[in-house]
Amino acid sequence: MNKILSLVKKRYIVLFPIVCLIFIAQFDKYSELTSSGTFGAALRLCIPICLAGVGAIYSERSGIVNIGLEGMMIMGTWFGAWAGWLYGPWYGVLAGFLGGALFGLIHAIGTVTFQVDHIVSGVAINILAAGVARFLSVVAYADVPSGGATQSPRVDDRISQISIPYLSGGEINDEKTFDLFGSLESLDIFLISDIFGLLGGLTRNISLFSILALSLVPISVWILWSTNFGLQLRSVGEYPVGSESVGVNVYLMKYIGVTTSGAFAGLAGAYLVIESAGIYREGQTGGRGFIGLASMIFGNWKPLGTFLGSGLFGYADSLQLRSEESVHGLLLLIVLILLLVAIRSFFVKKIKSAVGALSVAILFAIWFFNSSTVPNEFVFFTPHITTLIVLSFASQRLRMPKFIGKSYRKGEAT
Amino acid sequence: MIKYTTKILSFLTPLIALSTAVLICSFILNLIDQDPVETFKSMWEYGITGKSLVSILNRSVPLYISAVAVAVGFKMGLFNIGVEGQYLLGALLAAAFGSYMSLPPVLHVLLILVMASVSAGLWAAIAGYLKVKKGIHEVISTIMLNYIGTGTVAYLLAQVFFEKDEGDSLKVPQTNYLPESAMIPPLNKMLGIEDLPDLHGFLIGAIFIGVFYYWLIWKTSLGFDLRATGSNPVAAKFSGADPGRLIILAMVISGSIAGFVGMSGLTGYYHRYTIDFPSGLGFAGIGVALLGRNHPIGMALGAILISFLERSSQILDLKDVPKEIERIMQGIIILTVVVGYEIVRRFVLTQQIKEASKEVLDE
Amino acid sequence: MGPRNFPFQMSIALKIKNISKSFPGVLANDNIDINIPEATIHAIVGENGAGKSTLMKIIYGMIQPDSGTIEVFNKEQKFNSPKEAINSGIGMVHQHFMLADNLTVLENVVLGLENASLKPINKKKYNDEIESISKKYGMPLDSKITIDDLGVGEKQRVEIIKVLYRGAKILILDEPTAVLVPQEVNELFENLRSLKKEGVTIIFISHKLDEVLEIADGVSVMRGGKHVGTVESSNVSKPDLAEMMIGKSLPKPPKRDTSASKSICLEVKGLNGEVLDSKAPFSDINFKVKKGEILGIAGVEGNGQRELTEAILGVYPIESGQISLNNKDINDLETRTRRSLGVSYIPEDRQSQGLVMDSSLIENAMLGRQTKERYRTKFYNINYKNSKSFSEEIINNYDVRTPGSATLALALSGGNQQKFVVGRELNDEPNLLIASQPTRGIDIGAQALIWEKLRDARDSGLGVLLISADLEELLGLSDRLLVIYEGKIVKELLPKEATPEVLGAYMTGLEQ
Repeated sequence: MNKILSLVKKRYIVLFPIVCLIFIAQFDKYSELTSSGTFGAALRLCIPICLAGVGAIYSERSGIVNIGLEGMMIMGTWFGAWAGWLYGPWYGVLAGFLGGALFGLIHAIGTVTFQVDHIVSGVAINILAAGVARFLSVVAYADVPSGGATQSPRVDDRISQISIPYLSGGEINDEKTFDLFGSLESLDIFLISDIFGLLGGLTRNISLFSILALSLVPISVWILWSTNFGLQLRSVGEYPVGSESVGVNVYLMKYIGVTTSGAFAGLAGAYLVIESAGIYREGQTGGRGFIGLASMIFGNWKPLGTFLGSGLFGYADSLQLRSEESVHGLLLLIVLILLLVAIRSFFVKKIKSAVGALSVAILFAIWFFNSSTVPNEFVFFTPHITTLIVLSFASQRLRMPKFIGKSYRKGEAT
Repeated sequence: MIKYTTKILSFLTPLIALSTAVLICSFILNLIDQDPVETFKSMWEYGITGKSLVSILNRSVPLYISAVAVAVGFKMGLFNIGVEGQYLLGALLAAAFGSYMSLPPVLHVLLILVMASVSAGLWAAIAGYLKVKKGIHEVISTIMLNYIGTGTVAYLLAQVFFEKDEGDSLKVPQTNYLPESAMIPPLNKMLGIEDLPDLHGFLIGAIFIGVFYYWLIWKTSLGFDLRATGSNPVAAKFSGADPGRLIILAMVISGSIAGFVGMSGLTGYYHRYTIDFPSGLGFAGIGVALLGRNHPIGMALGAILISFLERSSQILDLKDVPKEIERIMQGIIILTVVVGYEIVRRFVLTQQIKEASKEVLDE
Repeated sequence: MGPRNFPFQMSIALKIKNISKSFPGVLANDNIDINIPEATIHAIVGENGAGKSTLMKIIYGMIQPDSGTIEVFNKEQKFNSPKEAINSGIGMVHQHFMLADNLTVLENVVLGLENASLKPINKKKYNDEIESISKKYGMPLDSKITIDDLGVGEKQRVEIIKVLYRGAKILILDEPTAVLVPQEVNELFENLRSLKKEGVTIIFISHKLDEVLEIADGVSVMRGGKHVGTVESSNVSKPDLAEMMIGKSLPKPPKRDTSASKSICLEVKGLNGEVLDSKAPFSDINFKVKKGEILGIAGVEGNGQRELTEAILGVYPIESGQISLNNKDINDLETRTRRSLGVSYIPEDRQSQGLVMDSSLIENAMLGRQTKERYRTKFYNINYKNSKSFSEEIINNYDVRTPGSATLALALSGGNQQKFVVGRELNDEPNLLIASQPTRGIDIGAQALIWEKLRDARDSGLGVLLISADLEELLGLSDRLLVIYEGKIVKELLPKEATPEVLGAYMTGLEQ
């Protein structure tokens, strides 16, 4: 019990909003806030962002800023759709991976060998990728009736999906089993149904690609933190002079890091095509590469944190898609969080910020009680504004690789 | 001596980049069974017709202004990726308020311009504030602010400034038209080219902005501080520059210039803000700034080059060549040019060091 | 301390034979001959620029000597890289730690030991090995902690363990105490003693004599690139050692009439610097600089003099106290305003603090003066014509060797860069000049010119605050001297009163 208490004390900043959320979801109008459908959609929406973000860790931990993620993701969507349409979805996954890696390699050549400013090179990559995708579409789909300059034909086959037997109604020997999470969710008991809503959403009808993508999170943790390669890669982004002094091949590590990051972004693109849309469309990535970068920062350059950050995006996104009504409930959540902030500030004698938080809380409360929906234009940028708010509270606590964004020349060690 | 080699190399780099792009694209065209010579020839011929030239200039204007806005940030090592959101917000507010007011002609135009510039500048200031006070990198914050800005614009357009027409349910969200007093006339009469399409009057505004940029960056002590901070923040601090203040100031100036990006379209041909208002100019401007190496004339040439490619590739549709080859050209040019500039910079450095050490030995 | 047993019978771990090394304009090592016995702590002392660092870099394979040889355990070795030195059992702990701060202790120790494969790191094995090393030498260390969370002393311990783990038998420590607080110094010394007991040979580079006498068995003194002599620490007195280090006779201050006037140009009262890394770099500083006077501040580097000068310029924040220029309080003014009131500043690091390296000399001539009247025309402009002629004026008057004023600052040699900075700061009739290490790392010709220009400026009535680690410079230029130790002014004296004993004693904290 004491343990739980101390955990609550330590993590109340995270726990409080969750409890509030569950509370708000008890109103019928906002029930979608914690339904399994919402969580399922959130998971699917967060995966591409998460992939891009986890990939970015490889690049940034090796010291290279990768703002070209968006372009690499575009390559992933294009090649994913093309190979998926021609040869089947798994080939699409592979092609997306390779397409992204190719553009990652270009970024590495620019930033490591030629030492071009990382952001400049990344922007150039984004421009190039958009052009290449458009051109390739025109060439590849010239005689394909359902394709064109801005979209590909449909990728017909899907990657198979599974549910976990007994827990969420998966099949064994072609027979449907009991859906434990589903039945518990439908009991409509406070807390219980919300938690099992989450679990059900995360375990029902999950495609193998999703599982592959999600498994890259722990795999990346293992690669980066448990292997010799990971150690060398991380050291290079922190203090390359020191790394070189003990014989680490600094350039090679950076090349691998940036190329891997491109490959992950390419996978993310392929996921958008093969899992989400079934088709390549121009502008499909919609800035998810950038958002991936933001969730990586949010996650403090670590895979699990990045996953949580992208989960936040996915959640906000899925609410927006599934139920605009329930987004209105988020206003109440904001009010409650601001009240917490106000009380906390008051107790640590920061009267000014307490008053500030309180007055903003009142404004949001007025908005909440005088409306029944949030304009969906606002809903659209919920994830982005969340990022800015979270970063403005957290950025002092974030620890970026020390040598990030700087160019390094061989031989600086001696 | 070095001075001339430097200058020549700086001019050569974009040319080499252009040639690389032409070469690679020729190769690609060959791959898809098209004749590269024929293709480029028809692009050139179409691009230099009078009609095309006017269109190219008109396209260049917003592109150039967007590039200048980006360049202000670049000069002090700040990346304003948020020009996109800044100019759209500025354009919407200017269009909305401009259509409510009635003022004498010149004053009306000026007020619209000020409205756009100030609102875009304030929007950009948020990113500066977040960087100085909260330590959020401007690349992330401006990208997020782009989405927030676009969403806000969509909301304001649909819910606040849009007067719904009961009889016409198909009417898309839009502001009211600007009155005539708020329009900038074309330059054709003045230049005596009345048989061609309208050459938009805000071209003059773009030239003013270019001159202002040059003056600000190279002729004022503020510009000096910005450049010094961009190259050596510590030395700049010891010289008395205040980094925090400069960051916010640079973002505001960059945003204020971004506010003008949409103005040629608004005051020249659309005369209102609709959901179809041209977007993407903010991102395109980054490419032009890289191409022109943040130099006022270089960026002008860059904007014209990009516009030329965009315009002249239109003809390829008639020749059954995918006109999208132009997009690849743009991408390759920008990528090779940034690498090229870096190589030239390094070369010039070694040359200068060589020459300076000769000077010491000669004594 | 008990009687020391000197291991005379022991073999020589490192034999330095006739090593010479010259850089353009400087003979950094002049025929150095030193023998270092095994399992001893051997100190190499000397002032900045005495050639200690060069010698250590040669031993560690970072640079190659012009002539001479090195024998490690009686085997002649020629190192082309630190890696080869490491393989022969030599390890070095740099003053700036070679550690990746967001990695753990273990990760830093084992980095680079294995190839970059996907083979998992055997953390258990390494952990045990590190533990056994740290136990053996009495250096407690938790190998799971991130370097970020360690104090300076602990980081140093990690460096030592890292080097030992790689099999070092000879350990070079480059000014290891410069970054430590006294308690940490004691801990370090404890560790070094137990290392010695285990047979490790330690080369200890320092200029703090009391520490050297406390820890070292043998002491080799270097001065001006030469090996002055090697003594046993038990047989030498502090004053003798100080004299060896500084020289038998100090440079005689030139006789001259003082040009100091009665009016005061800078007054500092009760100045306390803001706390940095848990201690204030300087505290309770009081002094006055008169017009036409050079006030020198002597002190071993890192005793707060740099922060003090930066506080006067307004770059380093102060906690309390008062700074006034020509009797006007300038505490609350920004750096820019202070500069426009006539505060000139020659920073100790010209490349990072004094110049924009990738800009031309024309632009650099304006740096710090960009709001000055002379660069303005109408419209609040920066006037390149004036700046060009001004930069050419500096180039001519200060003998800056450059192809032209449009040359980038980084193309110039260090001496020419420095002459340019000095020229810029002395122009425009400043009211106060702060000169921090004005002739560090430059050739003799440039040094002589800068000294002459500083004297001229003083004679024409400029007040100068001079900070230098070069005693010849300090004694030759200053009208009065202050000695700073651990952030406090411990002594005021006239240059002619300064003897090696007195200066050495106050600078190294032997006397307070």
